[in-house]
Amino acid sequence: MLEVKNLVFHPVDNGIEKSIIEDISFSVEDGEMLVITGPNGGGKSTLAKLLMGIETPDSGRIVMDGVDITDYSIAQRANAGMGFAFQQPPRFKGMTVKRLLSLAAGCELSEKKCCDYLSGVGLCAREYLNREVDSTLSGGEMKRLEIATVLAKKHKLCIFDEPEAGIDLWSFSMLVKQFEQLHKEKEESLILISHQERIIQMADRIMVVRDGKISALDQKDRVMPNLVNEDTGCSCMNPAHRS
Amino acid sequence: MEKIDQVTAAVLEKIDSQGFRQEGAYNLRYNGYSLCHGNTEHITIKRKEDKQGIDVYISGETKGEQVHIPVVVAVSGMTDEVYNDFYVEEGAQVTIIAGCGIHNSGCNDSRHDGIHTFHVGKNANVRYEEKHYGEGEGTGARILNPVTKIIMEENAVFTLDTAQIRGVDSTKRETEVTMGADAKLFVTERLLTHDKQSAVSNMDIYLNGTGSSAQIVSRSVARGESRQVFHPRAIGNALCHAHIQCDSIIMDEAKVCSIPEIDAQHVDAAIIHEAAIGRINNEQLIKLNTFGLSEEAAEAVIIENFLN
Repeated sequence: MLEVKNLVFHPVDNGIEKSIIEDISFSVEDGEMLVITGPNGGGKSTLAKLLMGIETPDSGRIVMDGVDITDYSIAQRANAGMGFAFQQPPRFKGMTVKRLLSLAAGCELSEKKCCDYLSGVGLCAREYLNREVDSTLSGGEMKRLEIATVLAKKHKLCIFDEPEAGIDLWSFSMLVKQFEQLHKEKEESLILISHQERIIQMADRIMVVRDGKISALDQKDRVMPNLVNEDTGCSCMNPAHRS
Repeated sequence: MEKIDQVTAAVLEKIDSQGFRQEGAYNLRYNGYSLCHGNTEHITIKRKEDKQGIDVYISGETKGEQVHIPVVVAVSGMTDEVYNDFYVEEGAQVTIIAGCGIHNSGCNDSRHDGIHTFHVGKNANVRYEEKHYGEGEGTGARILNPVTKIIMEENAVFTLDTAQIRGVDSTKRETEVTMGADAKLFVTERLLTHDKQSAVSNMDIYLNGTGSSAQIVSRSVARGESRQVFHPRAIGNALCHAHIQCDSIIMDEAKVCSIPEIDAQHVDAAIIHEAAIGRINNEQLIKLNTFGLSEEAAEAVIIENFLN
């Protein structure tokens, strides 16, 4: 179980203190899927980075399974069972897909295992295993590989920052199936930042983050009806754009 | 079979990735003389009469054989200058594994200058691997100044794979390639410098033949207070294609200078260069941190793969 208590983050940008995250508290139960949505620039990605330790909060606590991990480094959080898929994953010159997946898994993976993870995100393994994770991979391929790196290891909690961004429709369906499977197994808690209706539909609970605050947090059925009236930053959620 | 001492065996392991054995075509130069050598039906190695070095004759019937010609300098205060000439006949396919390791445990400088000339016949395909490495607890410098000349005839293919892994205090590398019609050149240069080391690499590629093409990839990591200078030049004298790519990771107090030069002397010469120098990307470090790797481990992984 993840507990987030009174998280505040006011980074200083060009000498000016900004309010990005304003006293956010919530929890994620074991095996629960929480989807965070809300308008662009509302603080969703920053919140995810605070959870993973990529940014350091000014105050507040983060507790996982009763252990206060607020002062843990990124690597310590990873070793405590947290996984993270970046919205814009970095590229690595000279590193092969197989090596990256092995590093993600924490052990040397067999080709068979790599193939399983890659085909799970719609990449044909044979073509990719020895390819370099550099600019020869497209944005969509990078995103799918990014998700495969998180799937390559068992976690207590996985955070996916806009996993759908830049992914084609066919791969998106596969991705949704992957998340459904993970959710069904109930072995990992999942936090997904998303604007996509199909992903939001999978949630147990939905949290809407706006202006660095939680504007709604409840069971899916209670939040969903109000979502279409919100400007979530996504055209597909806005009835005016649906035609 | 010659007995090889432990220090030499350890150095050989570093510089010969395929594994040095006293089999097939080989020549081990040890402290300035040929310790052992062997020929095959298609490959003959002869000691030069007029100066230090060997002539290697590779017949056109050679298909997929390897030639191992490592050099080990294990004494302090030695300067070893050696001239190796390779004559690769038309149609031959061969892999040449060279490399030099210096073990200097004394206070005087140890230096090896390997001057290699390759005469590559029509349609021949040569892969040349060269690793440079230095070790030893002494204060004497370990210096390597290789000169590589490659003359490629029509439709020849040459793959030059050079790596300086670590421990070389000073290196000045000169490479010159002359290319005939439809000849193809692939160069991969990898370099790691640390402490107060310095490395200079000059490369002149003359694309003289119609349809010739060259791809030069240089990757380096400079740590500590080390200095690196790269100056690859592609000179297009005919219809040709060339691509130069220099990428360096700079760390600590190091300095790196990269000067790719492209020189088109013909209207159909298409030459491109890219050069980048920068720190280790912070996003890469963070990504590897999310796998549970510490800062140091993540840095090591990035460097290892970058130079892979």
